[in-house]
Amino acid sequence: MSRRASLILAVMVIALAYSLPIYMSGFRLFQFTQVCIYAIALMGLNLLTGYNGQFSLGHGAFYAIGAYISAIMMDHWQIAYGWTIPISGLLCLIIGFLFGRPALRLEGLYLALATFSLALAVPQILKYFEHWTGGSQGIVLTKPKAPWGLKITEDQWLYLVTLTVAVIMFILAANLVRSRVGRAMVAIRDNHIAAETMGVDSALYKSLTFGVSAAYTGVAGALSAVAIAYVAPDSFNVFLSVTFLIGIVIGGLASVWGNVLGALFIQFVPNWAQDISKAAPWAIFGIFLIGFMYAMPYGIAGAIKRLWISRVVSRVSQKQGGEAVSSQHQAQSPSR
Amino acid sequence: MDIFIQQVMSGLATGGIYASLALALVMIYQATDVVNFAQGEMAMFATYLAWTLMNAGLSYWVAFVLTLAIAFVGGVVIQRVIIRPVENKPILTIVIVTLGLLVILNSVAGWVWTYLQKPFPTPFPREPIRVGTVVFGAHDLGEIGVTLVSLALLFVFFRFTPLGLAMRAAAQNPLSSRLAGIRVSWMLALGWGLAATFGAVAGIMVAPILTLDPNMMGGIQIYAFAAATLGGFGSPVGAVVGGLLVGVVENLVGTYVSFIGTELKLTVALAMIIVVLLVKPSGLFGRTHVRRV
Repeated sequence: MSRRASLILAVMVIALAYSLPIYMSGFRLFQFTQVCIYAIALMGLNLLTGYNGQFSLGHGAFYAIGAYISAIMMDHWQIAYGWTIPISGLLCLIIGFLFGRPALRLEGLYLALATFSLALAVPQILKYFEHWTGGSQGIVLTKPKAPWGLKITEDQWLYLVTLTVAVIMFILAANLVRSRVGRAMVAIRDNHIAAETMGVDSALYKSLTFGVSAAYTGVAGALSAVAIAYVAPDSFNVFLSVTFLIGIVIGGLASVWGNVLGALFIQFVPNWAQDISKAAPWAIFGIFLIGFMYAMPYGIAGAIKRLWISRVVSRVSQKQGGEAVSSQHQAQSPSR
Repeated sequence: MDIFIQQVMSGLATGGIYASLALALVMIYQATDVVNFAQGEMAMFATYLAWTLMNAGLSYWVAFVLTLAIAFVGGVVIQRVIIRPVENKPILTIVIVTLGLLVILNSVAGWVWTYLQKPFPTPFPREPIRVGTVVFGAHDLGEIGVTLVSLALLFVFFRFTPLGLAMRAAAQNPLSSRLAGIRVSWMLALGWGLAATFGAVAGIMVAPILTLDPNMMGGIQIYAFAAATLGGFGSPVGAVVGGLLVGVVENLVGTYVSFIGTELKLTVALAMIIVVLLVKPSGLFGRTHVRRV
C-alpha cells in the first residue's frame, strides 16, 4: 500500500474508533476497550518477535507486571490511575531491558523455552508475594469516573482513554519500525551476522527491543488493571501468553495493522466459540494457529499485503507487456 | 537423616517422571531439532485414555499396555499429519504449531472429560514399605521401577536392534542414512511415536499423585524442560540424569529451604533453566554446537 493510502486508512479507522461510543455503550464498548488493550500488548510482542525475530512465549509475564504495578500503586499509595500507566510502562521498559540482557545468550528455541517457563511460573510468583499482591484473592480496585464533569459513563471514558493511549503507542511504533532503528531490528532478524558487519550493535538493539516490547505490554497490562478494576494471579497464566502469540500470528507478524486485526480476533472469536462449549475457544484457537502456519504464515495483514502486491505487479506487468509488444511492432515495422 | 533419605527417594520417584518426559523431549529434539511444547499435553491425553479404558472395565495392566500402543500410533499420526508439512520451516513456525497442538489437546480433554479432577488408580499397594526406620511409599518405589524398566528397554532398543540403529542414524545424518536405504521420514515419525509412548508412561505414573485433570502436566512439563536443559538437549543420558537430579533437588529444596516450600516450586524450575542456559547452555552432557559462518 502506498504511504498516502495507508495514512488515509489510518485516519479513517481512528475516526471510526473514536465515534464508537456514539453507537454503543456498556459491555459492548468494554469489549472494544479490551481490543485496544490487546492491540497495544500485541504491538509490543510483535516488535520483539515479528520485527526483531526473538521469541517470547512469556509476554503474559510483562502484562502481569504492568497490571500489578498499576494496581499496587493505586491500592497501596492511592496514586491516580493516569500516573500509574506511564510509570508501569517505564518500569517494564527497565525490567524488559534487564531480562533482555541474559536472553541475548539464548537463541531461538532456548529463548522460547525460558520464556515459556516464565509464563508457567508467573501465577505462583504473584501468589507468593501476598502482602503486595493480595495472594490468590487479587486486588479489587474502583473504576475511574469521567473527569471535568463530562456527561459520559465510566465505560465510555475508559474506552476513550484506552483508545487514545493505543493511538499514541501505535503512531510511535509505526514510526519506530520505519526508522533507522526499525531497519536495524529487521536486519538483525534476517541475518544478524550481516547486520553486525554493517555496524549494527546487535546486543544493544536486541535488549533495547526487549525493553520497548515489555514497555508496550506493560502499558497494556496497566490499562487492563484500570479497565477491569481487578487483578488476580490466575488470569495471568500461560494461556494469556499463548493468546498474545495467537494474536500476532493471526494478525500478521511484522505488521502494524496486523495487531489490530489480531486483537479483534482474540477478543471476539472466543466469545462466539464460548456458545459451543467452555473448552471450544481454545480448540478453535489451536486450529487457527496451525491452519495459519500452513496457509497464511504472515497472518491476515500479510495475506492482504500479498494480494495487493500481486495486483499491482500484474497491473504493472500488463502495462509493461503492452509496451513491449508495441515496441516490438515498431522494431518490426521498418523491415516490412 | 531418615527424612533426608525419604526425601531423596521420593525425589528420585518424581525425578523418574521428569526423566521420562525429558527423554521424550530429547528424542524428538535429537531427531528433528524441535522442542515439542505439546509433549506434556500428549501425555495428559494418553492418561485420560487409560482412565477411560479402565473405567470401561479393563484391568490396570491391560489398559496400560493398550494406552501405550494408542499413544505410539497417536505420536506417529501427529508427526505425519501435523508436523511433517512444516518440517523445513523456520523454528518459530514449528514452535507455534506445537503450541497449537498443546491448546487443542488441552481443550479437547477439557471438552470430553471436563475440568473436574479425577482420582487415578495405582497398581502398587497403598501401604508404605518400611526399611528400618525409613518409610517409603510403595507407589514411589513402583514408579522408580517402571522408569528403570522402560529406560532399559529403550537402551536395548537403540543399542541392539537394527530398527533402533536406523533411527539413530536417521537422526544423526539424514542424508547418508537416506543413501543407505533408511526411510528417514518414517524414522522421525517412529521417534515421535516412541516419545509419545514415554510421555504416556510418565502421565500414567504421575496421575495417582496429582489426580487427573487437563492441566495436570503443566508443572511436570516445566520440570522436564529443566531436566532436559540441565542434562543437555542433545543427550538422552543427560535427560535421565537431569530428570533425577531435578527431582531430588526439587524435593530437598522444598523440604529444607523454608521460604520456598511448595509455593515456589515452579519458580525453582524456572531459575534452574535460566541458570543452566546462562552458565552452560549445552547442559551437563550435551555437546557444544560449533557452527561455521
